[in-house]
Amino acid sequence: MTVSTVTQDGLLRRLSDLLFRRPYLLLGLLLAPPLLWLLVVYLGSLFALLAHALFSIDEFAGIIVYEPTLATLKQLFDPANFDVIRRSVLMALGVTIASAVIAYPFCYFAARYAKGKWKAVFYLLVMLPLWSSYLVKVYAWKLVLAQEGIVSWTANAVGLGWLLQALLASPLVEATSLSVSWVGTFIVFVYIWLPYMILPTQASLERVPSNLIEASGDLGATPRQTFRQVIWPLALPGLIAGSIFTFSLTLGDYIIPSVIGNSTYYIGNAVYVQQGPAGNLPMAAAFAVVPIVIMFIYLAIAKRLGAFDAL
Amino acid sequence: MLSRRPPTFLLLATFAALLFIHVPLFLIILYSFSADVSFQFPPTGYTTQWYAEAMTRTDMWDAIYVSLRVALMSTLIALTLGTLAAAALWRYDFFGKNYVSLLFILPIALPGIVTGIALRSTLNFFDVPFSIWTIVLGHATFCIVVVYNNAVARMRRLGSSMIEASMDLGADGFQTFRYVILPQISSALLAGGMLAFALSFDEVIVTIFTAGLEEKTLPIWIYEQLFRPRERPITNVAAVLVMAITVIPVMAAYYLTKDGEHIAGGGK
Repeated sequence: MTVSTVTQDGLLRRLSDLLFRRPYLLLGLLLAPPLLWLLVVYLGSLFALLAHALFSIDEFAGIIVYEPTLATLKQLFDPANFDVIRRSVLMALGVTIASAVIAYPFCYFAARYAKGKWKAVFYLLVMLPLWSSYLVKVYAWKLVLAQEGIVSWTANAVGLGWLLQALLASPLVEATSLSVSWVGTFIVFVYIWLPYMILPTQASLERVPSNLIEASGDLGATPRQTFRQVIWPLALPGLIAGSIFTFSLTLGDYIIPSVIGNSTYYIGNAVYVQQGPAGNLPMAAAFAVVPIVIMFIYLAIAKRLGAFDAL
Repeated sequence: MLSRRPPTFLLLATFAALLFIHVPLFLIILYSFSADVSFQFPPTGYTTQWYAEAMTRTDMWDAIYVSLRVALMSTLIALTLGTLAAAALWRYDFFGKNYVSLLFILPIALPGIVTGIALRSTLNFFDVPFSIWTIVLGHATFCIVVVYNNAVARMRRLGSSMIEASMDLGADGFQTFRYVILPQISSALLAGGMLAFALSFDEVIVTIFTAGLEEKTLPIWIYEQLFRPRERPITNVAAVLVMAITVIPVMAAYYLTKDGEHIAGGGK
């Protein structure tokens, strides 16, 4: 190296050499900004919030008492609060199962039968609604499920109007239209989170090696046996990975039940009301602990079933 | 051996799923031309007057402007931090690496409402006034992971041989980054940036908690519109506009990354 080049870009090059000789210095420089951001902004706030679950609120003064207590967490098991939790978990389970039932045949078709150009078309057909606006999609269902909307119209047009009326009048639903019943909430949840089930499921079905399927056939398995003993177990991690999203997203959402449904509370609504109008941050924090604990249990199970490789 | 023709029930199920996914979105477009204020189906008449009316709504345009600024700033922060994070986790093995990568994913893995009130109570605690910057703070936090996912997926496919060759030929670390690494990851960064932009532009759950009363992003504006039945025609038009705006970056991101990788980070 000549003297001139050293002076030309001397400082940068010396810095570069230094970083090369001390890779951990470079690592520190790379990692510090994003890590600090997430630690300070995100994790700090998160812990501060969750710590509030260990405090309680003075019922009369409405101020937070900063003394550690388990009383607030215990209140989660009051019948009214526990009802909210049970309803949310059941809804999340139902949505997850329904998404899986709708997504699986679709993905199976896309992975095994769609070829070449059609495959890309299929992918875009799933991606576009996934990334189009969440609120717009929720709103779309207000149009679909409204009393004078397309669902009632279709039901009447094919002569099934009485069935819809019977469903709405039944003690299970008891609503004037689907858009103000829990059935409506359920349908919209499934709709909004369905693409999150489709993507990992399809990816894992694509990864099933076709030579294994051919081998299974050569060894005398019927198509049904091949599906049950080769394709299903190999693609299962994708389905479980998808269920992580549908379950977690349903558990924490408060917008959908507030726009479509009979305005019963789910965990998200409870957190929202406790934090905002009620001004009870400890109770809001206690409710926020619930989906986090449930998700950690869910993730632990999913990890055992190998779903993380399919994410 | 699988037969070439798919079973009939599979065809039907696929077709039904596609209808389920797309019919509601088509309905919005149809209703935006409806002459009725109610949700009457089929509409009794068609008109384009609502489009003309929506164009004059300054509150909607203000909201779009706020959203664009927030999305742009969040994307820039996320691009910087996400790329740094990806570079750090790609080149090094270090103690606690798994926990660090978990930390990057956490903001989209946990429910948005938890992130939302956590940020809100911290901002309240430090008496930070709510502004457009507090919205950016929240958005950038969950946009980092989208950029990170895209960048790390591309970096994993870069061989180390080109980097070694560059160093052997006398380039320093900065030159290697500028002339060897950056050109190869730039399209992934662009895709990640566009997805981060779309994600921020559409976010409502965290935004409600980090926005003041003055600053309305477009999703917050739409959310309030949902409870104003008299303004349904305007809401329909706004919904169509939003769909159009979000589809463009997503399509672009798809074409940038379509060689072999999926668009990473499809979570909120």
